[in-house]
Amino acid sequence: MTGSTGTAPWDGPAIYVEGVHKSFGDVEALGGIDFVVERGKVLGMLGPNGAGKTTAVKILTTLLSPDRGRALVEGRDVVRSPAAVRELIGLAGQSTAIQEELTGRENLDIMGRLYHLDPGTRDRRAAELLERFELVEAADRPTKGYSGGMQRRLDLALSLVARPSVLFLDEPTTGLDPRSRLGMWDVIRELVAAGTTLLLTTQYLEEADALADEIVVIDRGKVIAAGTASDLKNRIGGDVVEFVVVERDRLGEAVEAVRPLTDSEPGVEPGAAQVSLRVGDGGSEALVETVRRLDAIGVHTEGLGVRRPSLDDVFLSLTGHGAEEPEDGPTPRGRRRRPAAAEERS
Amino acid sequence: MTTTALRPVEALDVPRPPAGQLLRGAVQDTMTLTRRELRIWFRNPVFLFFTLVQPVIFTLLFRYVFGGAIPVKVPGGYVNYLMPGIVAQTAAFASFGTAISLARQLQKGVIDRFRAMPIARSAVLNGRLVADTIRVAFTVLMILAVGYAVGFRFQNGFLPAVVMVLVGIVFGVTICTVSAFVGLAIKDEESVGSFGLVWLFPLVFVSSVFVQPSSMPGWLQAFAKNQPVSIVVNEMRSLALGGPLVLHAWQSALWLAGIVAVFVPLAVRAYRRAS
Repeated sequence: MTGSTGTAPWDGPAIYVEGVHKSFGDVEALGGIDFVVERGKVLGMLGPNGAGKTTAVKILTTLLSPDRGRALVEGRDVVRSPAAVRELIGLAGQSTAIQEELTGRENLDIMGRLYHLDPGTRDRRAAELLERFELVEAADRPTKGYSGGMQRRLDLALSLVARPSVLFLDEPTTGLDPRSRLGMWDVIRELVAAGTTLLLTTQYLEEADALADEIVVIDRGKVIAAGTASDLKNRIGGDVVEFVVVERDRLGEAVEAVRPLTDSEPGVEPGAAQVSLRVGDGGSEALVETVRRLDAIGVHTEGLGVRRPSLDDVFLSLTGHGAEEPEDGPTPRGRRRRPAAAEERS
Repeated sequence: MTTTALRPVEALDVPRPPAGQLLRGAVQDTMTLTRRELRIWFRNPVFLFFTLVQPVIFTLLFRYVFGGAIPVKVPGGYVNYLMPGIVAQTAAFASFGTAISLARQLQKGVIDRFRAMPIARSAVLNGRLVADTIRVAFTVLMILAVGYAVGFRFQNGFLPAVVMVLVGIVFGVTICTVSAFVGLAIKDEESVGSFGLVWLFPLVFVSSVFVQPSSMPGWLQAFAKNQPVSIVVNEMRSLALGGPLVLHAWQSALWLAGIVAVFVPLAVRAYRRAS
């Protein structure tokens, strides 16, 4: 790293965002967002495609300037001192820094050179990262032949060459198969355990839940909810046990039998003879108990199961519209189309 | 969470590093990215085909297949007429790699990632330019060696021959600046793959590269004789074989300077905007 410009030590939050606005032409990507990430914490930024997540990350990583508002990374203003911000951060995610003709080791070496590390440090750092991300065997093969999961791991390794103190991961698991996704989660957990501050954007509530200390939910450029994963899940009622009663005349009886399992009123749809119970965090236990109680009174059910709240549930309960609802408005093409398209891609 | 009560935080004052340190960093980053570009080029079979195999095919095709049917009045016959043109064509087509590589890196986000790193802002395009210069020089010398093998000989002495090679390289790098703009403006590898060279075809083929424009119909001659590729090739031919130097030299220099003056700012602007 180029000598970390003799600035006074910073004891404030790792990321500080205040009233940040950003528009592309007539399209408002961010309509005044505020949030803070304390050092060593993980913030999950949750929202659908086009919500403004990538724009927020681009502003914090100095790729875009905000129209209004302030954004600081470890106290450095992204507009006034972008060079100082760039020395502190790492960025990985949907974009890739990998050049496919080059091997994993060569890609890492180039990053080391660009951070002006000396040759010994470069080699050591590359070896260390290859080891940690289980890429030792593939290290000297062109990255073109890497699997999707390997490419994401290498890309994350590339962003860690200079040991960033604040890391931005923009949808790090989008497009990965479930196994690679879990592998990526493990890697991210290790990083966080080592004290890196992390801002992670995701479309999956499950992912934010698994990795983040706190979550901000963004929709249409605004923070619509913030809190811990359990705060959010409590707001939307947590896990839901659902079943349909086969003998419709016994619906009332079934509802009474399972009523003690929920703190709130059981949801009953008499037409479909469907019952749904909000059971908070204890989905599996509640499911077992439901089976036991219904069995005890001899009620038969169909489609009994536990449903975890999805991003769609969060959005429905917070905004009254689903996450996948397409952007409306009469601007499907032309000048105004471009920022939206860029947002989707990145 | 602090969305409701944001405790205001003042930014740190960050002193700017001294200019000398910034310059050293910029040179170092440019060198790193030059090495990177050259290594990519050397490993990519498509790039290698375009810059090494295709020009050889053109040389052999025009030397042995079409050449016999093309009457020219130069010492040593058609092969001597052909090679300065082939050098220019090779140098110009080498710019394809520039367009496609920039579009690809932009599309995949490589360039965004570089911009989020503490790298000199100028280093990405400067590294590209240095790598392109080395690449073009390499292909020009390679194709001249092939030319010698099929009977081409410089007729005008050593120094003019060296100047011809330099003019060819400068021409190729100039075309690379246009290609850089094309790649950065289109931003899509596949489209660049299909259209990245199309604008170059009429300039290369409706010119004095392969045939004397006086053999073309009158309406076409007007274009073929006065467009920049012909003018540069005429200058290169005069250097290689002897002929009117000064007029072509002035015209070539003006054209090349004009192209650079237009397309370098365009490319830089496209680079700044593309994010």
